[in-house]
Amino acid sequence: MAGIPVHEWTLLDAARAIREREVSSRELTRALLERIDRVNPRINAYITVLPEQAMRDAAACDEEIAAGGARGPLHGVPVALKAIFCTKGIRTTCGSRILHDFDPPYDATVTGKIREAGAVLLGKQNMDEFAMGSSTETSWFGPARNPWATDRIPGGSSGGGTDTGGSIRQPASLCGVVGMKPTYGRVSRYGMVAFASSLDQGGPIARTVPDAAAVLGVIAGHDRRDSTSVDVPVPDYLAATGRSVRGMRVGLPREYFADGLDDSVRTAVEKALEALVSLGAESVEISLPHTEYALATYYIIGPAEASSNLARYDGVRYGYRSEGAKGLIEMMSRTRGEGFGAEVKRRIMIGTYALSAGYYEAYYGKAQKVRTLLRRDFQEAFAGVDVILTPTAPTPAFRIGEKVDDPLTMYLSDIYTIPCNLAGIPGISVPCGMSPDGLPIGAQLLGKHFDEEAIFAAAAAIEREIPLPRVAPEEG
Amino acid sequence: MAITREEVLHVARLARLALSSDEADRMREQLGDILAYIRQLDRLDTSGVVPTSHAVETGTPYRDDSVHPFGEKEEILKNAPDREDDFFRVPRIIED
Repeated sequence: MAGIPVHEWTLLDAARAIREREVSSRELTRALLERIDRVNPRINAYITVLPEQAMRDAAACDEEIAAGGARGPLHGVPVALKAIFCTKGIRTTCGSRILHDFDPPYDATVTGKIREAGAVLLGKQNMDEFAMGSSTETSWFGPARNPWATDRIPGGSSGGGTDTGGSIRQPASLCGVVGMKPTYGRVSRYGMVAFASSLDQGGPIARTVPDAAAVLGVIAGHDRRDSTSVDVPVPDYLAATGRSVRGMRVGLPREYFADGLDDSVRTAVEKALEALVSLGAESVEISLPHTEYALATYYIIGPAEASSNLARYDGVRYGYRSEGAKGLIEMMSRTRGEGFGAEVKRRIMIGTYALSAGYYEAYYGKAQKVRTLLRRDFQEAFAGVDVILTPTAPTPAFRIGEKVDDPLTMYLSDIYTIPCNLAGIPGISVPCGMSPDGLPIGAQLLGKHFDEEAIFAAAAAIEREIPLPRVAPEEG
Repeated sequence: MAITREEVLHVARLARLALSSDEADRMREQLGDILAYIRQLDRLDTSGVVPTSHAVETGTPYRDDSVHPFGEKEEILKNAPDREDDFFRVPRIIED
């Protein structure tokens, strides 16, 4: 590791170096806090940075190591959480004015598991308001910027990471890192601010596939406080990243390689396929015939669930309240009108409309039925293949401001990631190339319910076969 | 899929969302576009298709009906925009 700046280390290297006392958690944490100081003013990746607390936690980790003990696999390793995960005593804004000063009374299950594993929390990361967006431009705290080209968006909604329609995988693709959305129910949603409850799922954004696998191993598992978390054994994901892909059947859905796909993305994903085939995987052409209906389905189900979940922000118990209203209803309406940004209001309006009397069957009922057809597409495809390979996003990162006033065009940037959420299956984005402009491109692998291992194996193989720069130049 | 300004204001009232006049105009246009896009689902015949409300079917989970006290009342109340003792205080509920 000598000579490599610590911020370029992988999480697993850092964890090992701390355990073997080659480096202290304090050194590592200090180096990353200094990097945040240097880089964050340019990219606005963090809403909240916790320098004192992080250094205190790092010192405690170092003492434990000196006494001969490590808490868990992430002992002493600095990490960050998306501003959607509740952190007791640390403000949890969800990128919104309405929660700008919310101080949660408890930790999310994911927060607790990360802490139990020994990780040091550096801060809370920027995100689109309530995770609604594909660019982080809807954050009340200002847009984050792509570290590879600061006039471009980093993707959205994370931050790192929850994923309702692509919010882990799409930003990972656009920023040249790995993003994994597990099977719905794999990771507890307790303490994760709800957007669309039947679609939301937490997962890691990390530098490498083994790093992501290690983090998922920490945060996965059943939780009695989330009745939708599923009680199935958590396998050794890290071991899965070393598995051979020989004989693996890789499905290529023709609907994902049609019009609207950028040439540089197509070429890069083809390289990812060649890498798998060179290792003995078999490529299989498949069809997911209802793909073109996924986006419309998502833009009914997501907003309908959001309009219901976001009813709780009424200025009564926590968060922003509009002052000077004469009555309760006026206070609530003005609080919400002032506290929410344009995209959140738009989705609340769509959702309320779609659920309102006379429209429920035509919109929400219809979307739930099409969701069944989309799920069936995947079930039938997975009868003949082990994983599905697609682009993660149709283009590399677009420019800040380019799509912000055109919601429908913005929504199209999630076209390849949304079906996975509707079907509840796991998906991962792994870097597979660079555009001619030097922007990262990701390939997406989709797997069967609870078969994260297969997509970890395939993604790790692509990562080994296609070496790419993983860290953006500091002056970009 | 045209939507009227009155419909926009009605939905905004249902959602307890105060919109400025400009916002209502913009919303009318954008909702119209989005709803028109969404209506492409009408092209699909879904008769006889069972709706999906959860993508991963696991049945209804049961749990013991047992009490787990939270115990940190002040941690909850301290976030209140306005309070009196252990109550959340709000503007008058019955308006004139």
